[in-house]
Amino acid sequence: MPLFFHKKPALVVYVTCGDPDLGTTRDIVLAAIEAGADVIELGVPFSDPVADGPVIQRASERALKHGTSLAQVLTLAAEVRQQAQSTGLIIFTYLNPILRMGVKKFCLVARHAGVDGALVTDLPVEEAHEYLRAMRANDLAPVFLASPTSPDSRLKEIAAASKGFVYAVSRTGVTGARQQLANDAQKLVRRLRKVTKLPIAVGFGISTAEHFAEVGEFADAAVVGSAIVETIERNRGREAAAVAEFVNKLSAISSPPSARTG
Amino acid sequence: MATATINKARAGTRAERIPSFAKNAKMGHPRSKNSTVQPGRFGVYGGRYVPETLMAVLEELEREYEKAKCDRKFQQRLDELLRTYAGRPTPLFLARRLTQKLGGAKIYLKREDLLHTGAHKINNCLGQALLVERMGKHRVIAETGAGQHGVATATVCALLGFECVVYMGTEDMRRQELNVFRMRLLGAEVRGVESGSRTLKDAINEAMRDWVTNVRTTHYLLGSVLGAHPYPTMVRDFHRVIGKEARAQILKAEGKLPAEIIACVGGGSNSIGIFYDFIKDKKVRLVGVEAGGRGEALGEHAARFRGGLPGVLQGTYSYVLQDSAGQIATTHSVSAGLDYPSIGPEHAALRDAGRAEYVPASDAEALEATTLLARTEGIIPALESAHAVAEVLKRAPKMKKSDVVIVNVSGRGDKDIGIMRENLEIE
Repeated sequence: MPLFFHKKPALVVYVTCGDPDLGTTRDIVLAAIEAGADVIELGVPFSDPVADGPVIQRASERALKHGTSLAQVLTLAAEVRQQAQSTGLIIFTYLNPILRMGVKKFCLVARHAGVDGALVTDLPVEEAHEYLRAMRANDLAPVFLASPTSPDSRLKEIAAASKGFVYAVSRTGVTGARQQLANDAQKLVRRLRKVTKLPIAVGFGISTAEHFAEVGEFADAAVVGSAIVETIERNRGREAAAVAEFVNKLSAISSPPSARTG
Repeated sequence: MATATINKARAGTRAERIPSFAKNAKMGHPRSKNSTVQPGRFGVYGGRYVPETLMAVLEELEREYEKAKCDRKFQQRLDELLRTYAGRPTPLFLARRLTQKLGGAKIYLKREDLLHTGAHKINNCLGQALLVERMGKHRVIAETGAGQHGVATATVCALLGFECVVYMGTEDMRRQELNVFRMRLLGAEVRGVESGSRTLKDAINEAMRDWVTNVRTTHYLLGSVLGAHPYPTMVRDFHRVIGKEARAQILKAEGKLPAEIIACVGGGSNSIGIFYDFIKDKKVRLVGVEAGGRGEALGEHAARFRGGLPGVLQGTYSYVLQDSAGQIATTHSVSAGLDYPSIGPEHAALRDAGRAEYVPASDAEALEATTLLARTEGIIPALESAHAVAEVLKRAPKMKKSDVVIVNVSGRGDKDIGIMRENLEIE
């Protein structure tokens, strides 16, 4: 089984790096890992985050005010890797910072930093040829988004191009907490299961322990992003502790690997 | 409880952390093997860089557009609306006094400013609105910078009975107050965007967020040759009529093709519209004028070819003003419609191929050109179009009297009267 997803459901935690500063992000990430996060998505702040809702937009603006860059996020990843060897690390970014750095250089640096994979929000499989080649040459896992609006033919292509896991977007829309989970998510996971054996993580709008448990019923992992970023925003000065509390609450729901069937 | 612990004794290697599924190791995507022959590519530029949720709707839009293009009824209806509602064809006007004053090439003005709603934008809005009708959608969203595209969108939505939401940066709402009121009068909802530099780019971000959320019911009526495929191609096709008319008109008036065509370039819709049918006429020089703003430093202008680098912004690969970390730069122009950090991908390809050249005109030059055109020809151009006029002031005197130049007056200046008043010292 993938070391990625230790538990059922596994917990994928997203943070916007550099919010409020990179040192604090490192503390937050290590605290989240200690509290039971299986995979960390290191979000690279971008000036024009078209796929993100207000919470991550605000975090990105804060992080960019002091110039947080992709290069710095990769350095942070290397630091985290030194401290935590068995947690999956994914770079979560928009495409342009990678293009500016150079796709090949990005993959090389990411590999040396001990990163496991990347998810590029605005890079669909059709445009990913060069990226996929460089990712695979460096033994990095490309994770792609699947959406409720993706027809089956696209799901097949997405699954074929992905490694590590497939990220199923729970609903149409931008990132951000929601009161209720749409039943779009379950339908999408069912459709994805028909075309892939890769583990499936569900993300977008998962903000409470109830959502997390609900997703656990049908998916392998749940991604919690905006709710983490909001916790960071609301707990100035004690960000890492607050995130640890939140992650602990979610992890308590998961079954340990011994209880896993299949 | 968690099994992942820090500094765990059994240190996982990458191979352990990543499940390896050999059958998933297929390389790339078959259609990606040669990116230059993909639809929606202009040389290496263009493409479709959007979140997955939008991919299906872009594919649907492309299919519908391809069908509509071959549908005679669709084309007839569009032609009729362009003629009877928008006011096409627009005149090609010989600017005698301006020509005399500059003492060089003979200057013609393509009068897109005379169209209904005051700019060329209506060409594309009518085309896309008819597509919306075909697709059976009832909600339309749009972004706007200067407000001209927003007004044109609100207009076609009123005409065809669609719900209309226009996103506009609050900085642009301030400088284009009159257009905000016009949109509201036409029944559109104008939503102010407070993020970033509160201009066109930020309005597009917000429109994309609305679209990604309401994609099943909503059409995004993008107003320039920007964004993901099929927009750059489709919007160009709807504006091609400008160049088609201009070509026939100049041949009739002068019996020859012009030496140069000059148009302003924000996203680049009016310029690609007038350029397109002349691309094959290799002797006709195509000149795009970008916003030179108030200085050469990043952030002080919107001249993408003077400091921009290829990159991806809002769905397309083209020249982008950005910093060394790939963050998009802020821009400045006195004209809201040119105040954008990227440029249509087809312009990037024309520039790289040497088929078109792109030059900047500053805020001050555009304002000066506005006054000059107003006083020599009785035409007050939009500040966007004034950038094109500014360029002809530099070029015409150096050209032969037998040469002919066409300047695209893409819009009229009514909307800019407030800014002109602030910036021009007129007794």
